[in-house]
Amino acid sequence: MNAPTAAPRRQLQTPQQPTSSFPYNPGSLLSVMDLDLPVVSHLLTRATELESQDPLTRDRILLKRRIALLFYESSTRTRTSFELAAKSLGADTTLVSSLSSSIEKGETLKDTGLTLQALGVEAIILRHNSSGAPWLLEQETRLPVLNAGDGMHEHPTQALLDLRTILSHLRPGVETVKPDTLSGVNVLIVGDILHSRVARSNMLLLPRLGARVILCGPTQLLPDSAADAGLGITVERDFEAALGRSQVVMMLRIQAERLAGMQLDLEQYKDAYQLTGQRLSTHAPAAVVMHPGPIIRGLELTAGVADGTQSAILEQVRHGVAIRMAVIERALTAGKGGRA
Amino acid sequence: MSTLIIRHGHLIDPGAGVDAPKDILLKDGRVAEIAGPGKLKSANGAEVLDASGLTVAPGLIDIHVHLRQPGQAHKETIATGTAAAAAGGFTAVAAMPNTSPVNDSPEITRWMQAPERGACVRVYPIGAATRGSKGEQINDFAALKAAGAVAVTDDGHPILKDGIMRETLAAAAHVGLSVIQHAEDTRMTQGASMNAGPIAFKLGLRGMPPEAESSLVERDIRLVTELKDSRVHLHVAHTSTAAAIAAVRQARRNGLRVTCEVAPHHFLLTEEHVGLYNTNAKMNPPLRSAADRDAMIEGILDGVVDAIATDHAPHATHEKEVEFENAPNGITGLETALGLCLRWLHKEWKLPLGRVLSLLSAQPAALLGLKGRGTLAVGSFADLVVFDPKAEWTYHAKETRSKARNTPFDGWTMQGKVRWTISEGRIAYAATTPQ
Repeated sequence: MNAPTAAPRRQLQTPQQPTSSFPYNPGSLLSVMDLDLPVVSHLLTRATELESQDPLTRDRILLKRRIALLFYESSTRTRTSFELAAKSLGADTTLVSSLSSSIEKGETLKDTGLTLQALGVEAIILRHNSSGAPWLLEQETRLPVLNAGDGMHEHPTQALLDLRTILSHLRPGVETVKPDTLSGVNVLIVGDILHSRVARSNMLLLPRLGARVILCGPTQLLPDSAADAGLGITVERDFEAALGRSQVVMMLRIQAERLAGMQLDLEQYKDAYQLTGQRLSTHAPAAVVMHPGPIIRGLELTAGVADGTQSAILEQVRHGVAIRMAVIERALTAGKGGRA
Repeated sequence: MSTLIIRHGHLIDPGAGVDAPKDILLKDGRVAEIAGPGKLKSANGAEVLDASGLTVAPGLIDIHVHLRQPGQAHKETIATGTAAAAAGGFTAVAAMPNTSPVNDSPEITRWMQAPERGACVRVYPIGAATRGSKGEQINDFAALKAAGAVAVTDDGHPILKDGIMRETLAAAAHVGLSVIQHAEDTRMTQGASMNAGPIAFKLGLRGMPPEAESSLVERDIRLVTELKDSRVHLHVAHTSTAAAIAAVRQARRNGLRVTCEVAPHHFLLTEEHVGLYNTNAKMNPPLRSAADRDAMIEGILDGVVDAIATDHAPHATHEKEVEFENAPNGITGLETALGLCLRWLHKEWKLPLGRVLSLLSAQPAALLGLKGRGTLAVGSFADLVVFDPKAEWTYHAKETRSKARNTPFDGWTMQGKVRWTISEGRIAYAATTPQ
């Protein structure tokens, strides 16, 4: 068949791209793209201040304010740390989970949000299995909405706590971040990038501080187009070569619940991408090893690496509470002349 | 029946090659006489519409709409959908069979055309190609045609099995019907809700690759080639990818009877318009890349595209106010098509007015063999649109005559305002404020 030839290309004026009115509420945190570097710096600073503040004065900050945790997916770390963070500030929290609420009876996200609002809830922390759900909830309620993970899309507080973890190791004491704060730092993210909201939030945040994000994984779990998601992102299929260039290694879990029929040979996967003690000591003996959890020991990383001296996995969890205190405080004080 | 005269207008009838000031006499639902200004012979006692400064053209024809009846009247009814059609200048619409139940029978085909449905303009049902649109067992096309069906399709449920598609093409050709294919290899689009590519990746949404469309178009063209029967007519619905347009262009060069339509959203919008999960930018086929969008424009300008069709797909507001992945596909289109075509195809991209109107009337009528439609030659149906081609206006979804408001074009500037739509000699729509 002859290659069909299109008519000569003309320079055509086409309709404008739409402009976004999100976020509607200045306290919302839907995406890391909502945060400019001064706001990131403010959150990092407040995280440290709140962490060291006397619990008896800290709980006056949001005393008796009402915050709902609306969870459509199971969660250990994120839910508990948001809840502890909110309670540390004195807020009343209530958990609504899809398995024990009217969501099971078919109530929509919009109606659930409006119901919580009518109950006096002032901010909603949402974990949802559909990408984009926090945008819908915010649009319908106009409440501060904190995205605690939406489908395969974003998990902004995870990226902030990961940033705090990285800074504590590579730039100790730094809380005011600038476009060159992480210059020269390569952050390697390995594994199921396609289904990972943690990867997306990190790859959209860290390059804005000067880091390079290297994505590594098989084509099935890491499409080439991932490199076009933003500036400072590259794709490298050779795990060991990538390890050798990186100061930070984030390992990801294979999200079996999102594979949607995809067939994956786990033995082959482990051969190519499992972080073993051998690989780590040979190629990245000084790198910080991170993982958003839950970890599957013996799959994406060995038990030895998870428990090893280079592992910062439990530090990440600890940073989570501090970061979420700062984010929750901002949710209820931003745009009101408070500590925005 | 009544008599109607349209005076002082400028007639553009691309099918008849007319582009001149003319007065028109409509009688008994047909065009009775056309003459120069003030020259009509039999003008006594008729109601007169003054079309000074306005363009008079054959009523527009949309060969791809979803009227949602029977079975989904909460989204749209034949009455409300055709009221929207009339407001948009359309005098005939071809209704897709993905109703509930599926229109796979002469009974439903006739039910849709019954006067009790309250249609404002002519409704041409399109019958399902296979029983229940399940892609397994083909329907009785002769019976569907006798009941008024003008084509067959399993729109929304593409026929994937080669044998069934071959049988459909052959059987439809035998009774003189076109086969319309919604080209999507659904094995490649499981769980997907927008175009595949960097934007889908960034939004965390599963993507529909362009190959899901083009590979099925190529498969269908291969089947048409193999059938070696000049009566076989394949029509590709809502073409959205550069590769599919290229395949149609090549098939035509090879002398095959393969046609295609493009929807306004596919020649105007790209996947960027999904923005932050705007469910009114979700449809199937999805908004594609800028290169695909540009290929739609080129295809229209260079003539490979045979018709503009809206794929008018109304949904209730609450159905679209959900998570992007859970929202139904489709947007409305009947009230915005002419305004967008004139604003962009004509004003911006310089396609002559006659060609724009031809893509919206004469060509779709020819494509489905709609006798007496798409032209205003004497004896044709008195289906007309009278509009001000220069008027700019803003479309407000809340003022729609459709039951649904799911449009990405709310607040957009349109060009060309419909003054009257006349369906078989009756005024089906009259603008409330004359200009």
